[in-house]
Amino acid sequence: MTTVDDQSVGMDYLESFPKKFLRVYLPLGLIIFFLLFPFYWMAVTTFKPDAEMYDYEKYNPFLIAHPTLEHIKKLFFDTDYPLWMWNTVIVSVSSTFISLFASVCAAYAIERLRYKGSRYVGLAIFLGYLVPPSILFIPLAAIVFQLGLFDGNLALILTYPTFLIPFCTWLLMGYFRTIPYELEECALIDGATRLQILVKITLPLSLPGVISAGIFAFTLSWNEFIYALTFISSSENKTIPVGAITELVNGDVYHWGALMAAALTGSVPVVILYSFFVEYYVSAMTGAVKE
Amino acid sequence: MAVIAEPVTAQVKRSSLWTRAFESRNFLGAMFMVPAIAILVLFLAYPLALGFWLGMTDTKIGGVGRFIGFQNFVSLSKDSVFWLSVFNTIFYTVFASIVKFAIGLYLALLLNERLPFKSMIRAIVLLPFVVPTVLSAIAFWWIYDSQFSIISWVLIKAGLLTHYIDFLGDPWNARWSVVLANIWRGVPFVAITLLAGLQTISPSLYEAANLDGATNMQRFRHITLPMLSPIIAVVMTFSVLMTFTDFQLIYTITRGGPINATHLMATLSFQRAITGGNLGEGAAISNAMIPFLVAAILLSFFGLQRSRWQQGGRD
Repeated sequence: MTTVDDQSVGMDYLESFPKKFLRVYLPLGLIIFFLLFPFYWMAVTTFKPDAEMYDYEKYNPFLIAHPTLEHIKKLFFDTDYPLWMWNTVIVSVSSTFISLFASVCAAYAIERLRYKGSRYVGLAIFLGYLVPPSILFIPLAAIVFQLGLFDGNLALILTYPTFLIPFCTWLLMGYFRTIPYELEECALIDGATRLQILVKITLPLSLPGVISAGIFAFTLSWNEFIYALTFISSSENKTIPVGAITELVNGDVYHWGALMAAALTGSVPVVILYSFFVEYYVSAMTGAVKE
Repeated sequence: MAVIAEPVTAQVKRSSLWTRAFESRNFLGAMFMVPAIAILVLFLAYPLALGFWLGMTDTKIGGVGRFIGFQNFVSLSKDSVFWLSVFNTIFYTVFASIVKFAIGLYLALLLNERLPFKSMIRAIVLLPFVVPTVLSAIAFWWIYDSQFSIISWVLIKAGLLTHYIDFLGDPWNARWSVVLANIWRGVPFVAITLLAGLQTISPSLYEAANLDGATNMQRFRHITLPMLSPIIAVVMTFSVLMTFTDFQLIYTITRGGPINATHLMATLSFQRAITGGNLGEGAAISNAMIPFLVAAILLSFFGLQRSRWQQGGRD
């Protein structure tokens, strides 16, 4: 991975600060403002009492005069939100583990065992990534119904890997490729089996790749919407995104405070995980495309 | 000698079938593929085929459909809402993708400058991509509220407007509003991946251009853009695919309204199939997206081949 601190070109240092401010810092600042504003607005609305939220005459909408936790309290105690959070965790963690297991095996076989036809299978799995969920959800709904999985976590745990496995396999194939083949040959000569090699040599060496695949899988399943919306019907089985927009709106009454609180608290776990592993995340994202 | 040799060969023979199977790459390879292939065949390949079939039936939710051939497509071709959704999908994809590319490339070039707190800025920029789409779309929904929109408030305070904008109540306002939300979400992905591409370009190329007296614009036009074009093709293929098949943003912000003005093919197929119960018709609308997707993939694939060929590459 190329981590370059100084990629400045040529005689960059000759540029005066005011000139660089206009050329770089100002546009960068504006774009970052545009990208971060919705989060700021989400947070402000979450902690603002209703009286201030709907009165722009008396209060400046950008500030909070009397911060309150009433919206968060309402969300956690008067709705099924804790259950949605629990379901989202269960579904994301389970489908991430299933996908990682299947992807590690598949990527190792394609990249390292190089069995007959592995190139074509690898290509086919990659093509699977290009099939969008908005084409699959109708037939999948029929299958989920037939298998008796409708309205349960298992329906999501088993279907999420369809978009996670192609991505993780692709990512891990790239990582396995970076491990010197000689290491495996030495182990083979010493009498290790393929399984031992995978567990004791290849996996530990490609741990950064496995971690980034895991984070990607987790955030993608946390983000998933259309399957959860289609396969789940009762409130207590919903995930956060589906629960928030189907249960927090009563007819024409939008509980904006609670909605924003759900958006904020539903984002926090993903953002925390992301901020811990941001380097893995960025390098995996960019590395996967560079391949 | 023979006495010693015999047990060895016997041992090899005894363990042969099982051990040899596990030493064979092909057998072992197949075994390792089982979990992934099983899931992908059952929940990806089979549904894809089933989707084709469903699109040619009149299946309703909870019932068994019968084969009706291309009748769904015939009735869709006379359906003005369907054609409106095709128009909206193309409009949404074209405008959102172009702006995402322009801002994303610009942002990537800015991030490639010498900056303090570089990695922190990079991490912050990626946030809209990481946060669940539906949850950030809820924030946009509130930003676009007809009575309490913060955008309207700021513009009125600045003296640029006299009354609140009805962002989601007017067809064209609503279209541009969802395009803006999509741009917001897509820019980080484009920017970060193009930034990775920029960092692979060797600085010596720029130095050589400098010595030859090239201007900033010439360096961008003749070094950056050609060197970046393979990654641009990959990123934009993904970006176009994701935008074309988008569901979450529209469903959260407008549900296809007002009067179907923002219905994409994906949201319309959900409405017909799940809300309306006509699985067959919904599947037919989904299937109608496939030719566009294949075209997008082929276009970028051949575009990539051509640019490689122009650069004198073989592969």
